[in-house]
Amino acid sequence: MVDLVWFQLLSAILFVIGLYGVMARRSAVLIIMSIELMLNAVNINLIAAASHMEGTGKFSDFDGQLIAIFIITVAAAEVGLALAIILRMFKNRSTVNVDEINLMKW
Amino acid sequence: MSVHDFYVLSPYIAMAGAALLIILLDLALPKKGLLPYLTFAALAGPLLMSVIQVIDLGNATSLLEGSDAFASTEPSILLGVLSVDRFALFFNFLIIGSVALVALASADYMKNMARFQGEYFALILFAATGMMLLAAATELITIYVSLELTTLPMAALTVFLMNSRSSEAGIKFLIIGAVSSALMLYGMALVFGFTGSTELAVISEAVGKATGDLPFGNYALFVGIILMIAGFGFKLSAAPFQMWVPDVYEGGPTPVIGFLSVASKAAAFAIVIRVFFTGFFDVALDWGILIAGIAAASMVIGNLVAISQSNIRRLFGYSTISHAGYILVGVAAGVKSGESIFKVPEFAPIGLDSVLFYLVAYAAANLTAFFAITIISSKIKSDQISDYTGLSARNPVLAILLALSLLALIGVPPTGIFIAKLYVFTAAVDSGLVWLAILGVINSAVSAYYYVRIIRVMFIQPSRDGEKITASPAPWLALWVAGSAMVFMGIAPGFVMEAAQSAVEALPV
Repeated sequence: MVDLVWFQLLSAILFVIGLYGVMARRSAVLIIMSIELMLNAVNINLIAAASHMEGTGKFSDFDGQLIAIFIITVAAAEVGLALAIILRMFKNRSTVNVDEINLMKW
Repeated sequence: MSVHDFYVLSPYIAMAGAALLIILLDLALPKKGLLPYLTFAALAGPLLMSVIQVIDLGNATSLLEGSDAFASTEPSILLGVLSVDRFALFFNFLIIGSVALVALASADYMKNMARFQGEYFALILFAATGMMLLAAATELITIYVSLELTTLPMAALTVFLMNSRSSEAGIKFLIIGAVSSALMLYGMALVFGFTGSTELAVISEAVGKATGDLPFGNYALFVGIILMIAGFGFKLSAAPFQMWVPDVYEGGPTPVIGFLSVASKAAAFAIVIRVFFTGFFDVALDWGILIAGIAAASMVIGNLVAISQSNIRRLFGYSTISHAGYILVGVAAGVKSGESIFKVPEFAPIGLDSVLFYLVAYAAANLTAFFAITIISSKIKSDQISDYTGLSARNPVLAILLALSLLALIGVPPTGIFIAKLYVFTAAVDSGLVWLAILGVINSAVSAYYYVRIIRVMFIQPSRDGEKITASPAPWLALWVAGSAMVFMGIAPGFVMEAAQSAVEALPV
């Protein structure tokens, strides 16, 4: 079996790429995609941790997989709402570029 | 599930049921003006079930006191996922109370809205369900799901005005909320990977065994707990996770923002206390200092930036950040380092008592202010402080109530927040956080400047427009109830204080 460390490294790298995307991307839709990447990095971490716990006496009732399923479900709801708000914003301002969404600052 | 499980869940089922009921009634009802009153009436269900459970817990205690059995209150635990104890019920009452007042205060405000009135109230009730669950959750999955159940309806409500400012506020709230919940989940994943469980009770045992030379005992916990603090910091609207607060406060509908600043914040404090005091208490000295730092940053940033604001709702956004700071002082004061040479954290209940008391006092004062602002802004169609001139002539009662709530937010006696601040800072001194108490007192003095400025505009500067400001009875009722609660808590704080103490006693620290 592949060592747990590698999964955690993969998850950490994906998470940081997602975080970078949130900060660097200008389009609101791409920001939402970057958030999805962050959530999936968490899922990898959870499932790897859960499957490596088998046989260590810590393994309990698929908890890790369960959280991952919940995360996927809630993320779907979140994206639905986010796209609705982005659509609303596009109707108001005809742009989804977050640099131009600056009516309010300081 | 047994019948008892349904009984334990009944306040939450009743709250979610009320939300569904409002959606159904919205379809059938020709007069949408009745919806705020129906929402108010539908809260009887969750309120009744919470009252029954409080009485039940009281009876269980008095029965146990007679025998030799363990005399503490026995919480109604549901599969290790929820713990509906006095602590959770305390927050149930606070949240139900603020939903009731917000529903009444929205009565006039909603008339401007042509569509989606039913959805507005249903979303408030769904968010309230999430907040109530958050106060009772004792397991990571439940915490995550109820946190999202609070955030998503609040994001939808923020966009309800349908204009550019409102949708800008909504997208900022949602994106920053999603990023912070991703951070929190990553922290949870690390904690889960280390402890092998999602239940706080089991996590607490594993954390107890992990104590080493490193801060937090080990790297997984170190990163995990810090990421969880970051995730919760967003909900608390504490610095440095406060970027969304002023924008959302400026853009969203006023009653919704009042609700967000009071109930959502209370629920976030409930879960922070639950997670950190029952899950990670063995490393409390390490996160205690972090919380103290966040408290100091929130107080300073909130108060300093508020000084230069010209929009009253934006000003309240910064004011709420500073109040999150004051309340976090109480959380940090819940831990003190033990007497022995092995630095063992000791639980100081007075810190958490003061947090719970502060939350109620803040709810009363802030709701009073927001209801007054709702009435004023729907009349004068502006949120600029400079447009508040001569308010004392246009409606003296409204001006006096708003002025009282502003004085309360500074912490002037005889209002609830004066007692609450005294309580919080005493607790901080007790736990050896003298520097934090001094910083808090200085910040309270600074905050007087920008609150009193609004009072000066209302009472001293003459109005350009002499038209009277009026409102229908429902918002007035909400305003009066919140206002009298605010003053009453300053004159007779005993009842809430006792309730807070018995709530904190129920925590299995």
